[in-house]
Amino acid sequence: MEFGPHLLLATLEGAVTAAVLALTAVGLSLVFGVMRVVNIAHGEFYMLGAVIAWYVAHMMGGHPALGFFAALVLAPLLVGAIAVLADITILKRLDYDPERTIVATIGLLYIIQQLTLMTYGPEARPVEAPFNTRIALPWFEWGEDGFQFYYPWGLSTTSYKLAVIGAAAAVLLGVWAMMARTKIGLLMRATQADRDMALAFGIPVERVYALVFGIGAALAALGAVLIVPIQQAHYLMGADPLLLAFIVVIIGGLGSLPGTVLAALFIGLSDGIISVFFSPTLAKILATLLVGLVLVWRPQGLFGTRTA
Amino acid sequence: MLELRKINSGYGAAQVLRDVSLSVAPGEILCLMGRNGAGKTTMMQTIMGLLPLMSGEIMLDGKDVGILPPHEVPRAGIGYIPQGRRLFSGLSVAQNLEVGLQVRNSGKAVLDEVLELFPRLRERMDQPAQTLSGGEQQMLATARALCIEPKVLLLDEPTEGLQPSMIEAIRQVVVKMREAGVAILLVEQRIEAVLSVADRVAFIENGRNGETMSVDALRAEPSIIERYVGV
Repeated sequence: MEFGPHLLLATLEGAVTAAVLALTAVGLSLVFGVMRVVNIAHGEFYMLGAVIAWYVAHMMGGHPALGFFAALVLAPLLVGAIAVLADITILKRLDYDPERTIVATIGLLYIIQQLTLMTYGPEARPVEAPFNTRIALPWFEWGEDGFQFYYPWGLSTTSYKLAVIGAAAAVLLGVWAMMARTKIGLLMRATQADRDMALAFGIPVERVYALVFGIGAALAALGAVLIVPIQQAHYLMGADPLLLAFIVVIIGGLGSLPGTVLAALFIGLSDGIISVFFSPTLAKILATLLVGLVLVWRPQGLFGTRTA
Repeated sequence: MLELRKINSGYGAAQVLRDVSLSVAPGEILCLMGRNGAGKTTMMQTIMGLLPLMSGEIMLDGKDVGILPPHEVPRAGIGYIPQGRRLFSGLSVAQNLEVGLQVRNSGKAVLDEVLELFPRLRERMDQPAQTLSGGEQQMLATARALCIEPKVLLLDEPTEGLQPSMIEAIRQVVVKMREAGVAILLVEQRIEAVLSVADRVAFIENGRNGETMSVDALRAEPSIIERYVGV
């Protein structure tokens, strides 16, 4: 009883990372897929989600669950609104030019980051989880004495971590249903396929773009609200999710939602497992190496299409 | 009635169309002819609002559609069948048609009418658009535009690269639309196709109006075609 149980624990930790990463990366992928905008400020929308969650939870008082669930609704809405505003005032005026929007979102990154530093400050602050029961993990194995069942045996996870995984899965299902089953999803996909033809068939492309940019940012913010009871809110916390989200989106195939989710699972789980057994740095090195290999051998990503 | 009044347009600083005027009446097929680069596709994209109108007016039934934002031009009743078909790839046949239907909130009856014209599409409703054959893709591009119940149809080389049976199928639909009172602006390179379907022919040369004449007049004097289109 050495390697196996630790692997189970690492897998669970990795699954939490993967769940939040999937939300963040799907937001990034949606924005790139539909708008062809590489949003460097995506990590800052994530950070804003966490910081706003802290403000909301702090102001609500009362039972921690009350503040947390208020934040779960308010933070993505507020961040989405900020993103819509950024789209209308900045990206639209650049005509969504691929190069100029990269520079513009880099600028946006620093503006959001520094404004947060000036107002929220450099401290890392926690948001209390709405519920946080320890759940001891069971383990069983075939040993010299036959079948053994250990419970409890020392290591545990929490009910909140399991809830994060469940919530992320539910939201991703919702995003999929929106894209595949609703009219607005149809209009988004038509815009993604051919912007000019979308206009020629009455689709208000600028409004679709603003909405997509808002939804993309809101997904990042939602991921951050889910993680903030585990990791704390800090003004520099957006860098890692941005890097990982880009890694995931490139491996999964730019603009492919199923590919993005699968790649998030893969990168999140391997990040968790490698971090536990070796080091977090090695996990990032391997993930970045994988991106290099994918770019060399399959530039469109594992699930991307070349001509999309 | 679609009427262009002295329109100027182009790509950024590069002006292509210069003071072009023409009109298409309901139930009429006006065929646009000219060499490659003369400005035929530019004209269609300008009508759709996809290229900026530098000056001039685009009137639809007495209303200026040249000042509308691009996505409102089709809502005024202009259906566009672009060169190269440009279907929404990744969407199924049914979803491509649905995008057409939502432009003017057309109902199921319109869809049924359109599918009546293209029964082959009915068998392929759930297939991804990009997996259709070339002829079927052209049918879908045409059907998508018909889903908006257009008053005006713009067809940019609809028969390019199609086999003869498909060309005939498309031609029949175009003629049916004329009978239904749709004003049709058609870009077509093949002279026999023009003569068999058009009511009038407008020549365009280096972005300017050439002669505009009835098909009968053109039949009597076919050398004009050579002057505008010959190499």
